[in-house]
Amino acid sequence: MQTIFSIALDALAFGMVLFIICIGLSLTMGLMRVVNLAHGAFAMIAGYIASYAARDLGLGYGAAIVLAIIGTVVISIPLERFLYRRIYGSPELTQVLMTIGITFCVIGITNYFFGPTLKTIPLPEALSRPVDIGFRTIAAHRLFVIACGAIVALGLWYLIERTSFGIKLRATVDNAAMSDALGVRTQAVYAVSFAIAIGLAAFGGVVGAEFLPVEPYYALRYMVMFLVVVSVGGAGSILGAVIACLGLGLVDTTGRYLMPDFGNFFFYAAVILIVCLFPRGFFGRAQ
Amino acid sequence: MHTMVQAGTMADARSSRGAWLRDVAGFAAIVAAGVAGYWLFPDNLALLTRIVAVALLVLSIDLVVGYCGVATLGHAALFGAGAYAAGIACVNGVTEPMTLIAIGAGAGALAGLIMGAIMLRGHGLAQLVLSIAIVQLFHEAANKASSITGGSDGLAGLMVSPLFGLFEFDLWGKTAYIMGVVLLLLVFAALKFIVSSPFGMLCRGIKQDPLRIRAMGAFVFPVLLKMFVISGAVAGMGGALAAISTQVIGLDSLSFELSANALVMLVLGGLGTLYGALIGTVIFMGFEHVVSAANPFHWMTMVGALLIAVVLAAPGGLSSLAERFLGSRGGKA
Repeated sequence: MQTIFSIALDALAFGMVLFIICIGLSLTMGLMRVVNLAHGAFAMIAGYIASYAARDLGLGYGAAIVLAIIGTVVISIPLERFLYRRIYGSPELTQVLMTIGITFCVIGITNYFFGPTLKTIPLPEALSRPVDIGFRTIAAHRLFVIACGAIVALGLWYLIERTSFGIKLRATVDNAAMSDALGVRTQAVYAVSFAIAIGLAAFGGVVGAEFLPVEPYYALRYMVMFLVVVSVGGAGSILGAVIACLGLGLVDTTGRYLMPDFGNFFFYAAVILIVCLFPRGFFGRAQ
Repeated sequence: MHTMVQAGTMADARSSRGAWLRDVAGFAAIVAAGVAGYWLFPDNLALLTRIVAVALLVLSIDLVVGYCGVATLGHAALFGAGAYAAGIACVNGVTEPMTLIAIGAGAGALAGLIMGAIMLRGHGLAQLVLSIAIVQLFHEAANKASSITGGSDGLAGLMVSPLFGLFEFDLWGKTAYIMGVVLLLLVFAALKFIVSSPFGMLCRGIKQDPLRIRAMGAFVFPVLLKMFVISGAVAGMGGALAAISTQVIGLDSLSFELSANALVMLVLGGLGTLYGALIGTVIFMGFEHVVSAANPFHWMTMVGALLIAVVLAAPGGLSSLAERFLGSRGGKA
């Protein structure tokens, strides 16, 4: 019982970390149709900035998170303007190559500045101690991550479904030329949604550093996992991303606890099966 | 780019004599490069053989990506299948090198059949994810079946008997290198024939407009599957060659990284031309050898920047730049 509970809790927290990072990728792929393999690279940049802010500048955890998100978005703006804007609407292969190139550059440059060691982001006192929730005690950090994931999911849902920006975004996605003609500034809509996606990657990279440690090859190591999660959930769908992240988080964590020898064998077998049966993911938009 | 390809093929058809001359010149260039490598870098023949083996992998990716338009990030699965098949056969007593190459080709073709049958069910992003999942699955399977494959320690102890009973595989790797270059030439000639055959033309047609090809009455799936099998055989030969020359097979020959790097080499050299695949491999691996010895992170930055530059400035790769340059010169002369 205790094992089941701790597996479930770890899986939930891990799934939420995956969700916070992947929902940004899901947005860029589903709404903007860009296969952004460099998504993990932005999470990595954020991790490095947060680690630098917390350890070398001595800032608090909250300040480090804010600084990391702002810094990463600022770095991403010129990239969007000069590189990504040229590959909107290109074939997948072009997008894959360009974003792999960006990933390699980010890895090389980050390690030139910060060195090739593993970086930690120290947790504040309040998050590192266990919390009593009545019948058991659990790590506060797990609770914090789960809460963050829930807030992100609700906030995004509200933004896309209930605000005027969400209406413009959905209109641009359905028919960019027509929304342009109706007065929606589609370039601005793309730029803002890209910034939101990157900001979420940054946020996920920092709060998830306990699960996905910030190290030199972070961007490459988890690239496949992020891509798999999005294609299983269906690009552009928040509900799909939640289900895929929690499901794959559960498979991965359970596998680690119960069958550590078997690595990712069943994980990838499941992925092949799911992608074959649902080529657009569980809740993907029709092309 | 499509119109360029069409214009190119039409020009080929019109002046088959010119194309023939060009092929001969191309072969002479490959032979010259092979001989030059042998004389210039006698201490690095193992690296050169590795380049030849990877060139076979890149050629096989070109068949699928450049000629059929199927994007893949998992082609190392076929390379690794060939390498492990040859290695396991070798450990179990089949030591004749040409037989091992044939076993590698067979295993690669079989893996290509499986991979094609799975991948061709999807399109676009799903296809990419399937290719990655397949190579990871192969990787995990090889890791698990350590009693046969050696797992993460690698499969060592390959004792290959002399080529044709005459030429020992020596410490300097001379035999392996010469065998590799000859193999590359044979494969290159066969592929040149295949891609300019009606079958190759059909593949290019599918790349440009699958719907129209289907409307014309051709079956798309079997044609692409056939190309996957051919591609698998080529990649498998590359894997077997790598296994014979290094006598060790590591899990990295089945990795996502090798797949991605090989794709980068292809794009660097130029998609859809067999020469581009060779040029890209030689330049990429040559630079990698020099730069990453100094600092692996500088190497990553450089590759990344180069990749971005190629996508933005020269979508046809380096070979198209060279062709444009030579073409404009030829026009003036």
